[in-house]
Amino acid sequence: MDLTTHYLGMQLKNPLVPSASPLSRSIDDARRMEDAGASALIMHSLFEEAVTAEEENMVRFLHHQDTGFGEAGSFLPDHYDFSNSQDIYLENLQQLKSALEIPVIASLNGVTPGGWVEHAKEMQRAGADALELNVYYVAADIETNGQAVEKRYLDLLGELDQHIDIPINMKLSPAFSSLANMVKQLEAAGARGVSLFNRFYQPDINIDNLRLVSSLHTSTSAETLLAMRWIAILHGRTSLSLGATGGVHTAEDVIKLLLAGADVVHFCSLLLEQGASAIGGMLQGLEAWMDEKGFESIEDVRGRLSQISVADPSEFERANYVHILDSFRSSPGILS
Amino acid sequence: MSDKMVTIDGNEAAAHIAHLTNEVIAIYPITPASPMGEWSDEWSTCGIKNIWGTVPDVVEMQSEGGAAGAIHGALQAGSLSTSFTASQGLLLMIPNMYKIAGELTPTVLHVSARSLAAQALSIFGDHADVMACRGIGYAMLCSASVQEVADFALISQAATLEGRIPFIHFFDGFRTSHEVNKIARPNDDTVRAMIDDELVTAHRQRAMSPDHPVIRGTSQNPDVYFQGRESVNPFYERLPVIVQGWMERFAELTGRHYRLFEYVGAEEPERLILLMGSGIGAAEETVEHLAARGEAVGLVKVRLFRPFDPEIMLQAIPQTVRKIAVLDRTKEPGSDGEPLYKDVLNAFAQAFSLGERETLPRIIGGRYGLSSKEFTPAMVKGIFDELSQDSPKHPFTVGIFDDVSHSSLAWDPTFRPDAAEGVTGCVFYGLGADGTVSANKNSIKIIGEQTDNFAQGYFQYDSKKSGAVTVSHLRFGPAPIRSTYLIGDNEANFVACHQPIFLDRYDMLDKATQSGVFLLNSPKPPAQVWQTLPRRMQQQIIDKDLTFYVIDAYRIADETGMGRRINTIMQTCFFAIAGIIDQEKAIELIKQAVKKTYGRKGKRLLERNFQAIDAALAGLHQVEIPSAADSTFERKPPVPDFAPKFVQQVTAPIIAGRGDEIPVSLMPADGTWPLGTAAFEKRNIALQLPKWEDDICTHCGKCPLVCPHGAIRSKVFTEGELAAAPDSFLSANVKGGGFEKGLKISYQVAPDDCTGCGLCVDICPIRDKQNPKRKALNMTGDQAYHEQERANWDFFLDLPEYDRSKLKKTTLKGAMIMQPLFEFSGACVGCGETPYVKLATQLFGDRMLVANATGCSSIYGGNLPTTPYTTNPEGRGPAWSNSLFEDNAEFGLGMRIAIDKQADHARELLQTLRNEIGCELADALLEADQHDEAVVFEQRDRVKTLKEKLQKIDTTEARCLESIAETLVKKSVRLIGGDGWAYDIGYGGLDHVLSTGRNVNILLLDTEVYSNTGGQTSKATPLGAVAKFSAGGKATNKKDLALMAMAYENVYVAQVAYGAKDIQTLRTFLEAESYDGPSLIIAYSPCIAHGVDLSNNHRQQDLAVASGHWPLFRYDPRKTKKGENPLKMDSKAPSIPYRDFASTETRFSVLQRIDPAASERFLRTAQQQVKSRFTLYQQLASLAVANAEEKPGK
Repeated sequence: MDLTTHYLGMQLKNPLVPSASPLSRSIDDARRMEDAGASALIMHSLFEEAVTAEEENMVRFLHHQDTGFGEAGSFLPDHYDFSNSQDIYLENLQQLKSALEIPVIASLNGVTPGGWVEHAKEMQRAGADALELNVYYVAADIETNGQAVEKRYLDLLGELDQHIDIPINMKLSPAFSSLANMVKQLEAAGARGVSLFNRFYQPDINIDNLRLVSSLHTSTSAETLLAMRWIAILHGRTSLSLGATGGVHTAEDVIKLLLAGADVVHFCSLLLEQGASAIGGMLQGLEAWMDEKGFESIEDVRGRLSQISVADPSEFERANYVHILDSFRSSPGILS
Repeated sequence: MSDKMVTIDGNEAAAHIAHLTNEVIAIYPITPASPMGEWSDEWSTCGIKNIWGTVPDVVEMQSEGGAAGAIHGALQAGSLSTSFTASQGLLLMIPNMYKIAGELTPTVLHVSARSLAAQALSIFGDHADVMACRGIGYAMLCSASVQEVADFALISQAATLEGRIPFIHFFDGFRTSHEVNKIARPNDDTVRAMIDDELVTAHRQRAMSPDHPVIRGTSQNPDVYFQGRESVNPFYERLPVIVQGWMERFAELTGRHYRLFEYVGAEEPERLILLMGSGIGAAEETVEHLAARGEAVGLVKVRLFRPFDPEIMLQAIPQTVRKIAVLDRTKEPGSDGEPLYKDVLNAFAQAFSLGERETLPRIIGGRYGLSSKEFTPAMVKGIFDELSQDSPKHPFTVGIFDDVSHSSLAWDPTFRPDAAEGVTGCVFYGLGADGTVSANKNSIKIIGEQTDNFAQGYFQYDSKKSGAVTVSHLRFGPAPIRSTYLIGDNEANFVACHQPIFLDRYDMLDKATQSGVFLLNSPKPPAQVWQTLPRRMQQQIIDKDLTFYVIDAYRIADETGMGRRINTIMQTCFFAIAGIIDQEKAIELIKQAVKKTYGRKGKRLLERNFQAIDAALAGLHQVEIPSAADSTFERKPPVPDFAPKFVQQVTAPIIAGRGDEIPVSLMPADGTWPLGTAAFEKRNIALQLPKWEDDICTHCGKCPLVCPHGAIRSKVFTEGELAAAPDSFLSANVKGGGFEKGLKISYQVAPDDCTGCGLCVDICPIRDKQNPKRKALNMTGDQAYHEQERANWDFFLDLPEYDRSKLKKTTLKGAMIMQPLFEFSGACVGCGETPYVKLATQLFGDRMLVANATGCSSIYGGNLPTTPYTTNPEGRGPAWSNSLFEDNAEFGLGMRIAIDKQADHARELLQTLRNEIGCELADALLEADQHDEAVVFEQRDRVKTLKEKLQKIDTTEARCLESIAETLVKKSVRLIGGDGWAYDIGYGGLDHVLSTGRNVNILLLDTEVYSNTGGQTSKATPLGAVAKFSAGGKATNKKDLALMAMAYENVYVAQVAYGAKDIQTLRTFLEAESYDGPSLIIAYSPCIAHGVDLSNNHRQQDLAVASGHWPLFRYDPRKTKKGENPLKMDSKAPSIPYRDFASTETRFSVLQRIDPAASERFLRTAQQQVKSRFTLYQQLASLAVANAEEKPGK
């Protein structure tokens, strides 16, 4: 059975690619993922805001701890020489490259062009096989129109594309007016792939103390449906590699996404919850299903139920919407 | 290889040698010795090896007693072992030290000598602690300078190995431990050559081993114990020679020669001073000065104090000496002389009585320098002048004005020794937080290490933690600097004022010398800055012909992205003006230093610093000095005119920095001080103040609860009371139920006491529906508002307190109407502890006794000049005392027992006097159930009536009852302290007190670290947190003290975090108080030591609770009796990843940089632990109660 797939110009042994998660910080965990069957690894993200905030924190809480109080000249031990988070990231990347045989994809997360080009060049130099760009951006400014938001992505990508040679993958949020068109524009600007979709921390409200809190709930399989729809729509309409991410927990999720047209499937929460061995389970499930259904290669599976392949393409568009709305209609016995 | 010149302080000098020459280092934090342990821990964490090529094992213990025990064990098992301590810590080590000495065990204990807590605690330097060790049998070698600390640390280590007598190597706390000086540090070859491996082997061979077993530590009886004690005499007899031998060897290796007693001065002196410690620096300068002018004066420096060798000492004293003043930096009340004086006197007397001398000089003894009191050349000259008298005073004191015992000598403060010539003195006034001290330490390093100049720095710190003022004293010159005293009036070539607000507070230019330089950081342009100076200061600039520079450092910092960090900018200006180094070279060196700090850690930071340095030069302007002073204002008095006499006479000079001038007669002899003094110290440090929007406020009471400084208050009053209100005074009709109709409420800020932390605005939940950016409280920097609120605050204070009995105390709105009896402390801006203390005083302050463990809470509670504890209009308030660090639980229990005993006795006497008093009153007094506050107040009235009646009864019993009648009113005994106390040093006592079942209320302010001494690890420190003594992240879990306390089953236990769930905190306080038994409230207290900006205080509490790091719960033993589960969870299961909490605090996140793998491992383990701990608690909370009575009908 041939499980190979093509992703960002690389041939991968199967479509299972763990997405950016803390697990890639540990070489042991990364090895376990490779052993369990991961075909490539996306590293945890280097966060632009984290780098900046960390620098400020270091100044405030390590280098300038003066209090003026006689008993406490400082509060935290000041290690004179330690690396900044970018150095640590690059070191981690180099270690992963030498420890693993599968491709390693570095991940950058930020919102401004600022130091990105520098970070990206360093990542390429450290041996990254590809770069994933996660534009962590909530377009909350009421004065900014959709075009301006799209331009931000395109400018960032264009800037990076001029300076690095390794393939760039864009991890997108679903919040675009015309996602398909956006993907097309990214393709023109030099992207080699897109991953659908990233998840943001959501503000929540604590009703005990009436304060806002940040929360991130681990994903569930239900969330895969959003990516599935868009991958199905895009499959066959773009030359970009399509990665599906968000909510993948079971072999069934993987199969659905492949059928919709994904080149690779990413997963994170599952690994955090169950560890690297979960990959093996998914792989077995995928193989068993292909065997049962008589598929011999991923190539046969991919896109079989994409929009361009299904009998009624509009099912990926309005039909679901209407159907669901219908099911929430009040019972006829209720006065309304 | 010659020794490397380094610019370091005394603690680092000692720790360097100790770390090189030991294998096991047991440590425990105590000021001013903590940095020695911190250095050792950091070096071992970084893998720095000792001279045998192995990294010393550094272990933190639970107390100094524990450290001494661990050292004793390590030595017995054959390791070379050391520790560092001071003051009470040294006293706690004494029992083990007797053992170590008795067993002839080589070790060196490095001591930053510090005052002992007597009438008050003091962290500063004197010899009281080491003098308490005279009887132990440790050798005592004293270093007088940073150079000697490095050298004697090594000499004592060499000598102890040969002589087998353990050493206390001590030096003056702060003056030497914290003085930065350029010294020649013994290089590793020297250290190697001074440590004889055969002696090390001999030590190992004496160790306990099952392969050649012995027993040690036997119990001896009257027949032999005495002989055993005498058996060690030969070891002590030969030790002075051994020490001198190693001093000679050291001289061969380094060229620095020392003697046990060393004379300097005139060839044929008649008057002599003999002393040990840092005072030698001032004394030597004076002796050289006077001898050069032909005065027959001399000085004997004492190095080896124990074993005291009278023969060697007498040999060191020239025969011509006729009068000797022996100086002791300690006080032994009731003795007829201090220790060194008596030793010297005894040596002479003995020599005379044995016929070895024919004459006796006149020998007087004096005390000086207690608690780092200044000891200057002028004072030394004063002593020599006294010795010139026919009958010099004995005993005497110098450095104070003693108008009680009339012991003090006079001195001429204008005296300057020759040593001051050629030395550049610089004084810098900065804020603790503005980085002045760091920048100055950096400047000293630059000058000391990059030029041929010698350099010295000493730093005066504040007793406050918010808005703390630092004064840096820097000296530079071509010769080694031995001036062990501050730069005095008219002595500073350069005076820098880094904060314009100081113009109004300190007479800084008193320090400036003629034709000196004054540098001011001010937002005013050069043409206008002159008008901002008080008139006296203007006159000083003119009279002293000072050159005056100004720079707007905050503007430059802001423009170059440095925020409010002005230290590099001011440092650049200093180098540009002072001319110690060529300007270009200086800039290059500052940039190099910046690069060293930020090189690998942040490119952007590096660039910003460089920009700031360059911009500083462009922004520095010389101010043209007018010919006459024209300001119309002077510095404001430190306290208002209406302050009580005591505050005017004693508190005010301390606030103004003139505490040295207070005579003995004005000092309370027994350490008793009045309450309410913080209110007189208007510090005015807030840049912004909260402004109340009366139209949208819902009166929820959250802002007064969270204010760490009691600087925002609420009061309820009638409209009629507003008659005399200033026009701008705001009030509103009280919203919500619980109050009579028509009442008004006001939320008022104390403008000169607020620190501007903004936490009140942060917690405010109310937003204007039309303008969501407008809350019911908003910060404003409007100066006119600040002025206006002064009058409003005064009016607010004059409004009567609302009748407490009408308040619903279980609601925040109600509880926060109560007057806080804890206000305006000097705690850190945004402190997470003080809101709990304040809450306790609001609820129970009028009947509360506080036993406060040493730590942050005792410092902001009781550090002079003022105390935040205050009284209510009836004059009642918390009675507060701090005993020690380790004994607080027992101290508080003692109070409880005393009150209970007196109350018992009062009840017995009530029975006896029942008929005389009247049965009705007696019975009411005896039967009052004071669980309700209203009943407490009624009981107070009854006691008042009782006392009136007792006055008419003329019996012994009546007098006795009169003296203890107040104990019939319920008293709340509150034990306050931090985690260092409760989890570590005082845990044994705490545990015992819990076990007694007595009614004490323990408020444990858990900052998860020793906050007051600078962030050392405690057993409350969480897994993976970086703290001092856990430089690589704490490898073990936080102790679950709550669970341990619950195991007693009769202790009320709760965990609270007011920023996460305020109402739970309030109700817990009320429940704990109502429980008639021990209660333990463990209160989560965000602290600056967590490496988090405390403007995020509430967010951090939220995160701690939401992540499961700090579950909220209450365990009420009363519920068990009702058949209910006593444990109730007040927070939900962890709802955010632990990582999300940890990543917001530098204590955790820094490990990601230092050791990412360890950080990851800790985070994962911690995640598992918070989950499993919550599950455990949840399960405990849902267990059926075993002895539950069956409900009827079942």
